Amino acid sequence: MILQHIADGILSGAIVALGAIGLSFTMKMLRFANFSHSELLTWGAYSALVFVAFFSSFGGFFDQTIGPFSFGPGLLLAMLCACVATAIVALLLHRFVFARLSRAAGHMTMVFASFGVALILRHLVVLIWGSDPIYYSRELQFAILLPGNVRVLPDQVFLLGLTVVVVIALHLFMTRSRTGIAMRGVAESPDLARASGVNVDRIITWVWVIGASGAAVGGVLYGMTVQLRPELGFSLILPLFAAAILGGTGSLYGAVLGGLIVGLSENLSVMIIPTTYKPAVPFLLILAILYFRPEGIFGERST
Amino acid sequence: MIGLVSYIVFFLILSLIFGVAVLGLNLQWGFTGLFNAGVAGFTAIGAYTMAILTGPARDAVFGGFELPFVVGLIGAMIASGIGAVIVGLATLKLRHEYLAVATFGIAVTIQLVCLNWEYLTGGTLGLIGIPNPSKAWADGPLAQNALYLLVVVVVVGLTFAALERIVKSPWGRMLKAVREDDVAAASLGKSPERVRLEAFVLGCMIMGLSGALYVSFIGYVSPWDFLPILTFQIWTMLIVGGSANNRGALLGALIVWGVWTMSGFVISRVVPSEIQAQGGAMQAVLIGLILVAMLLIRPRGLIGEELHVSRHARS
Repeated sequence: MILQHIADGILSGAIVALGAIGLSFTMKMLRFANFSHSELLTWGAYSALVFVAFFSSFGGFFDQTIGPFSFGPGLLLAMLCACVATAIVALLLHRFVFARLSRAAGHMTMVFASFGVALILRHLVVLIWGSDPIYYSRELQFAILLPGNVRVLPDQVFLLGLTVVVVIALHLFMTRSRTGIAMRGVAESPDLARASGVNVDRIITWVWVIGASGAAVGGVLYGMTVQLRPELGFSLILPLFAAAILGGTGSLYGAVLGGLIVGLSENLSVMIIPTTYKPAVPFLLILAILYFRPEGIFGERST
Repeated sequence: MIGLVSYIVFFLILSLIFGVAVLGLNLQWGFTGLFNAGVAGFTAIGAYTMAILTGPARDAVFGGFELPFVVGLIGAMIASGIGAVIVGLATLKLRHEYLAVATFGIAVTIQLVCLNWEYLTGGTLGLIGIPNPSKAWADGPLAQNALYLLVVVVVVGLTFAALERIVKSPWGRMLKAVREDDVAAASLGKSPERVRLEAFVLGCMIMGLSGALYVSFIGYVSPWDFLPILTFQIWTMLIVGGSANNRGALLGALIVWGVWTMSGFVISRVVPSEIQAQGGAMQAVLIGLILVAMLLIRPRGLIGEELHVSRHARS
C-alpha cells in the first residue's frame, strides 16, 4: 500500500515539477509571485484538445495509438503545438500586462494583476470549453503490475519518462547554451548581467517561453492521466508554490525536487490524515519551509 | 417602484457588508503594506462564529447558543482576531509575496475545515436558520431589509469613524512608517513586528465582522460562500476605490458590487438560456478585466491616498 502511495506521489510530483520550473524562474528572474502561472497548465491542456481534434481530422496515421498507450502521434504533435500556443499566451500577457506594470509600479502591483489574469484565464476556459470534465481519449488501458503490488498505467510511465527527458533537456540548455548561462546570470543579478552585455529583455522572453512550455506539457500530462477540467491549474496553485519555494526560487533541480517532495507528501499524507484535508498539505509545507529555511533547499541565503 | 426600492436596499446591504471587509483589508494593505491574500478565510471565521453563537440548537452539531445579535458580532470579531494572532505569529516574518502565498494557503485550509469538520460547521450543507434581528422588529421583507440596512449603516459608520481616527493617530502614522521603511521605523525605536501584528489582527477582526453581518442577513452559512474568488473580489474593490483611503475602500465596494450585480442582471436577460450556466464565468472575467485595466490605467485607484506633508517639514 505504501509503495502505491509512493508511486502515485512521484507521478503527481512530476506534473507539479513541470509547472513549478516556470513559476520558480518567474519568481526569481521577474521577481514576482505569479498567481496566474498555474492557469497556463489549464490553457496548455485545453489548447492541446483543439490540436488533437485538428490532427485526428486527417485520420489514419494520427488516429492510431502507439503500443500500450492511450494516445498516438496526434496527441504528441498536439502537445508540441500546445507548448507554442501557451508560450504565445504567456508572451502576450507579459507584453500587455506584466511588462507595462513592472515599469510603472512596484512588484506587488504585478501580483495583483496576476490575480486578475488568473480569474480571466480560468473563466475564459469555462466560457470556451464548458465546465464538464473532458478526456483526450476513451481508450481503455491495462495497468502494469510492478513488484510490490504497485499498479501503474502505461500513460503514467510515459508521463514520468517525458518529465525526465524535459528536465535533462533543460539541464543541458541551462549549462551548455549561451542563452541558458545568461539566464542564470540574470537570476543572480539583472544589473550585473546587463553590464556584461546580456540582453535582459531577450532572456525574459526565454523565461516565459520555457515556463509556459513546461506548464503546457504538465497540463497535457495531467489531462492524459487524470482529466481536463477548468480548475485543473487552479487546484495546483499551492502545490506549485510549495515546490518552487521548497526548492529555492530560480533553481531547476530545486523545482524538480520540490515537486517530488510535494507529490510524495500529498500522497503519503492520506495515511495519517483524512483524504479531504489533502489539499492543505502543500500549504503546511510552505509554512514549514518559510519558517525554517526561507531561501529553500537549493536557494542561497540573501544577505 | 416598490420592487426597485427593495432591490436598491438589498444591493446597498450587500455592498456595505463587502465594504466592511474592504475597510479591514485597507488597514492591512493600504496603511500597513501587509499582503493578505486570505481575506475569504477570515470572513469565514466570523461568519461561522456568528452562526454558532446566534443560531438555533441542532442535533449532532456544536453550538446553537441562540445568543443575541450583538454578542454574535463581538464573538465573530474575537474569533477572527484569535485566528489572526495565530496566523500572524506564524507568517508576519515573511515579506510581501511570501506572505501572499502563505495567507492564500490559510484561506484554502480554512475553507477545507468549513467543508469537512461537520460537527462544528455542518459540512457541505452549512448551517441554516440564523436569525436576522430585524425580523423581530419589522413586518414584511421590505421593512425588515430597510431596518437591517440601518443596522449595517450604523456598523459601517462606526467602523469607518474608528478607522479614520486610528489612522490619523500616532499609531496610524507608525503603520505608514512601517509600510514605507521598516528599518527607519525600527531605528526610531518602534517595533515593526509588533505594529504589523496589531494591524493584521485588527484588520482580520473587521473582516470577521463583515462575515457575521453577511450570515445574519442571508440566514445561513455555507462553505461555498468563502471560495478564493471572494478574496479576489474584495481586493478588486480596494484597488478600484483606492488603497490607503477609507472613502475609496467603500466607494470601490459599491462600484465593483454594482458592476457584478448589473452584469449578472444583463447576462440573465441577454444571454440565451442554454449557456446561462456560464454567466458566472462572464462575471468573473469582467472582474478580472476591471482589476487589470485599473492597475494599468490608474494604479492608485479612483480616490487614492491623500498625500500629507508633516507640518514640521513645511517651510
